[in-house]
Amino acid sequence: MIGIIDYGMGNVGSVESMINYLGCHKTKIIKKKSELLLVDKLILPGVGTFDNGMKNLKDYGLLDELNKQVLNNKKPILGICLGMQLLMDKSEEGKLGGLGWIKGDCKKFKFVDKSLKVPHMGWNVASPITNELCDNNSRFYFVHSYYVECIEKDNIMLKTNYGIEFVSGVSKDNIFGVQFHPEKSHKYGMDLMEKFINL
Amino acid sequence: MLRPRIMPCLLLKDGSLVKTVKFNNPSYVGDAVNAIKIFNGKEVDELLLIDISKKEIPFNDIRKITRECFMPLCYGGSIKTIEDIRTLFQLGIEKVVVNDILFDDPETVRKSVELFGSQSIVASVDVKKNIWGVNKIYRHSTKKTVNLNPVEYIRKLEDLGVGEILLYSVDRDGTWEGMDNDLINEITHKTHLPVISCGGVGKLEDIEDGILNGSSGVAIGSMCVYSKKNMGVLIKFPKQTNIDKIIKNYENL
Repeated sequence: MIGIIDYGMGNVGSVESMINYLGCHKTKIIKKKSELLLVDKLILPGVGTFDNGMKNLKDYGLLDELNKQVLNNKKPILGICLGMQLLMDKSEEGKLGGLGWIKGDCKKFKFVDKSLKVPHMGWNVASPITNELCDNNSRFYFVHSYYVECIEKDNIMLKTNYGIEFVSGVSKDNIFGVQFHPEKSHKYGMDLMEKFINL
Repeated sequence: MLRPRIMPCLLLKDGSLVKTVKFNNPSYVGDAVNAIKIFNGKEVDELLLIDISKKEIPFNDIRKITRECFMPLCYGGSIKTIEDIRTLFQLGIEKVVVNDILFDDPETVRKSVELFGSQSIVASVDVKKNIWGVNKIYRHSTKKTVNLNPVEYIRKLEDLGVGEILLYSVDRDGTWEGMDNDLINEITHKTHLPVISCGGVGKLEDIEDGILNGSSGVAIGSMCVYSKKNMGVLIKFPKQTNIDKIIKNYENL
C-alpha cells in the first residue's frame, strides 16, 4: 500500500488519483503517525512555504515516526515539489531546519534577464543523471521559485535548465525527490510514478 | 524557443459540459469528468475549463475534476475575490482566468498578481465586431460590447500585471470557420504578453494559422467535442504526431 502524506500542504487528490489510475495499488491518505506503519511506500507532496511545511509535519505529530520509518526501516519515500525541498537541510525561504535526509539547501531563482520569470512555471525537460525513476529526457510540469542544491553530487538524480542548470530530482538509497509535479505531467508523470511504485 | 501550446477549451454550465455558438445556445455535450479522463490519455499539455453559468463558482464540480486531471488545469468563471482564487489553487487548479472583475474590481486583480504571481493569472479578452465591423471588447455578463478597442484594453491589462491573455473571438466561437487571424496578428504584435487564441478552429490548418500569426497557444472548443460540424458529440484531440508537424513547420520559419 502507498501512503500519501496529507499535512495540510495543498491538494493530495491528484497524486492519489494517478496512483489509482495506474492500477493494482492501494493508497492511503496519511494524517496520523500510526498510519505511517500501515504502508510500504510513502509520498510526501506539498505546495506552500518551507517553514509551514516543516511546522505542519511537527504539528501533525508525524516528524519522529517519519524519521524512523525512512531512516531505520528504509521505507521508500518520494518527495514532490515542496516535498523534495523538505528532504534537504534548510532553505533560503525559511528559518526552520528541513528533514536533513539529503545534504544541501534550497535557493531562490534570481535572474537578471527579466524574460526568465519566477516562479518557473510550465513544461520543461528533466535529464537523468541516474536512472532510478526516469531513463530518458522527459517533459514535466514545474511550478516553483526555489531550487535544490546538493552538497554530494551522488545525490543528483535529474537536472533541468532554466536560466541555470538546477537539480530537478534527488536520490539517496530509499529517499527520492522530484521538483516537478508528476501528477500533472500525464504519461511522463505516470511512468515516473510507476517506477517508484515498482521499486 | 517555447513550444506553442494547443489545448482543449471546455465549457461548463450547471455541472455539465456544453458548447456554444457565438457565445449563445449552449448545447449539452457530456460529462466533464468523463471528458477529462479521455484527455488524460492524449498528452494534452494544458486544459482550459470555463464555467458559463454566471452563478457561484462550482467548487464541488471542480474538486471532482481536479482529482481526475493529470495535466495543468486553468479555470475561469464567476471569480470575484482573492479568496475565490486561493480556494481554486487549493483544489489543484494551476491558473485562473479572470474576466468580469477586470472591469468591476481591477484592484483585486492587481492584488492577486502580487499574491500568486502573474504566471497564474490569465485575463480573458472577448472580442466582437460591432455593426460597423470594428473590433470591440464584449462583456458576456451584459451581452453587450463596450466602447473599448482590444489594443487599448490590453494596455490596461498589462498595467495590472496579468501573465497571459486569452483572446476569444465571439464571432468565430463554434463556427468551425477558422480563427480571426487579423485580430490575432494585431494583438500579438502589440503586446509582450503570451496570447492564447480561441474561437473558430475547425481543422488542423486553423491551429497552424493561429500559431503563425503569433499565438503562444491555441485553444480548441468544438473540434474537441464534436465529430464534425453539425455532427454528434465525440470527445477527441488532434494526434500528437499532427501537432508535432505543425510545430515543426513553425520552428523552421
